[in-house]
Amino acid sequence: MMSQKTAGLIKRQKKAVFVGISLVVILIVLFVVSLNTGVMKIDPLTVIKTVFGQGEATDELLLFEFRLPRIVIAVLIGMGLAMSGAVLQGVVKNPLADPGIIGINAGAGLAITLFVTYFSTEVGGSVFLMPIVAFIGAGLTAVTIYAFSYKKDEGISPIRLILVGVAVAAGISALMIVLTLKIDPKTYDFVATWLAGSIWGSSWNFVFALLPWLIVLMPYVYFKAKVLDVMNLGDSTAVSLGMNLEKERRTLLAAAVGLAAASVSVSGGIGFVGLIAPHMTRRIVGEAYRYVLPISALIGGVLVLAADTIGRVILQPAEIPTGVVVAIIGAPYFLYLLAKLND
Amino acid sequence: MAKNATIESKAQVKAVKKTAKPIRGTIIIISGLVFLCFSFILSISLGAADINLSTIYNAFFNFDTGVTQHQIIRELRFPRIIGAALVGAAFSVAGALMQGMTRNPLADSGLLGLNAGAVMMLAISFSFFPGMPYVYTVLLSFFGAALGASIVYGVGSLSKNGLTPIRLVLAGAAVTALLTALSEGIALYFNVGQDMAFWYAGGVSSTKWEHLIVITPIVIIMIFIAMRISRSITILSLGEEVAVSLGERTVRTKLISILVIVVLAGLAVSVVGAVSFVGLIVPHLTRKIVGYDYRWIIPVSAVVGAVLVVVADLLARTLNAPFEIPIGALISLIGVPFFLYLARKGGKEL
Repeated sequence: MMSQKTAGLIKRQKKAVFVGISLVVILIVLFVVSLNTGVMKIDPLTVIKTVFGQGEATDELLLFEFRLPRIVIAVLIGMGLAMSGAVLQGVVKNPLADPGIIGINAGAGLAITLFVTYFSTEVGGSVFLMPIVAFIGAGLTAVTIYAFSYKKDEGISPIRLILVGVAVAAGISALMIVLTLKIDPKTYDFVATWLAGSIWGSSWNFVFALLPWLIVLMPYVYFKAKVLDVMNLGDSTAVSLGMNLEKERRTLLAAAVGLAAASVSVSGGIGFVGLIAPHMTRRIVGEAYRYVLPISALIGGVLVLAADTIGRVILQPAEIPTGVVVAIIGAPYFLYLLAKLND
Repeated sequence: MAKNATIESKAQVKAVKKTAKPIRGTIIIISGLVFLCFSFILSISLGAADINLSTIYNAFFNFDTGVTQHQIIRELRFPRIIGAALVGAAFSVAGALMQGMTRNPLADSGLLGLNAGAVMMLAISFSFFPGMPYVYTVLLSFFGAALGASIVYGVGSLSKNGLTPIRLVLAGAAVTALLTALSEGIALYFNVGQDMAFWYAGGVSSTKWEHLIVITPIVIIMIFIAMRISRSITILSLGEEVAVSLGERTVRTKLISILVIVVLAGLAVSVVGAVSFVGLIVPHLTRKIVGYDYRWIIPVSAVVGAVLVVVADLLARTLNAPFEIPIGALISLIGVPFFLYLARKGGKEL
């Protein structure tokens, strides 16, 4: 009996490792493909040459100053959003939770818009403030949504949470549109791009602004995988195992909001990544969060990088915002889950 | 047994009819129409260029092509206001029918994906058939609304617990996200993004007489049909069983109302863009005033909706003059708190 169980565990672990490695390989392939696609084509050999410092100055400029940071950002925000979604789904016990769908991204976007309006992005250093600003906006939104979906006798009903989130997101988008009238045309363009979900910050500065957040929060969340597993067993089990449920919930929620906010502060409002990635992951490696978290991060990275590359390539020389591409993939998936879901 | 059920059903219908407040309804309709005329005049006179009352009078009765203000009134402001009133009435009646037919208090053509479908069809028509006559654009818009509705209802009815209101709203949100993303993609590909931006945000500023000639008769006919089936809608709103036990032809009623809903929503979107929440708010307010009898809800909704959109458009033009606030955003800012209130309150209804 016991050995069978251990064998099962080892098998699952092997599977997770295998899936993880394959995803890393896919990511690398995508990385190379994405590097040499775009309006200016560079053949793969030149890419490799340039990466190793043997290329021409123009190629170097294009690759290192334009494409590479954008690719890195795409992967990072994919990871951040996917992990945020995985944590949210665990904490609110709702398989449809996603930072985009429930309005957290919109809150971050509103804060960023206000920030960009009053302190232009050109000012040095303000780039590093943006994730903090986004976090404040997203945090306030999360509290609002939580408050509205809480009922004294029922607590938080998962589906009401989503409903309230959808409404809050709609309200914030409307507010952003109204705000755009007060601001100059340049900021208007920014808001329009943001709402469509473009990766707009694509220089190394943005990478460095985003990175510390992920470096701190991703391991922290991973470290809490056990807690998420226990939460999954239900409130009473969690409490009887001696867990301080409310406190854990709050810190994990804050971490999820932080991950989403930091990601969204350099990209537009990209929804559905936090929904799709964890779901696909669970189908492959099961429920255990120590696998779910890293694998969904990888899937999220692959997804956003693929979407961004497709968006850049398919309508050359125009670009489709990454968020649009993700929505075209993600919305049908959401509908599928909705149809399958039991209350 | 069957007889008992029928008697019970009849009692229910009677009870609902008792909630009807015909006097209030009449007062609302008359005062609504008066208020509408009043806001017409206000709307015409206020704006980027203020125009005084005697000029308005002259523009209608002593029209002079040489006077710029007369031109503004006749060619810009007047069609715009008529457009706003028609759109408000159309969205509201569509919302009322949806709420009655599906017994879903959160039904609204914007929330359930109809508007996004119509917008996508507009994107397609601008891209593939630029310069298409307006009539065909409107037809495509109907088709889009029907598409959005059928996806949402399809997903809703596929799900295990059936068509619960919340599920429909969530499906509507996802379908809206999908169709909007698709229209953005199409618009970008064919470089009609600039034209489309207007439809996402919503506005009646570009309404012209040639549009009104097409839409006015259709809206009036549709509202008329809605009134004709309003008695059956009242019975349907009590539940399928009640309707069947009273010998109602529910399928026929449903088909007619779906047709009316799709046409009204598609039409309104082709004028104003994807404006949500009008169809949600207005029928709820109306029910508070005139009770649950749809013979009153439908006409009163039409009048209240017309007033709401005309006033919203007036605010959109004047709050931040000379710039315009997109009317869709403005109405969302009123609509979202209202929606939250309904979603919170709705333990029983949902």
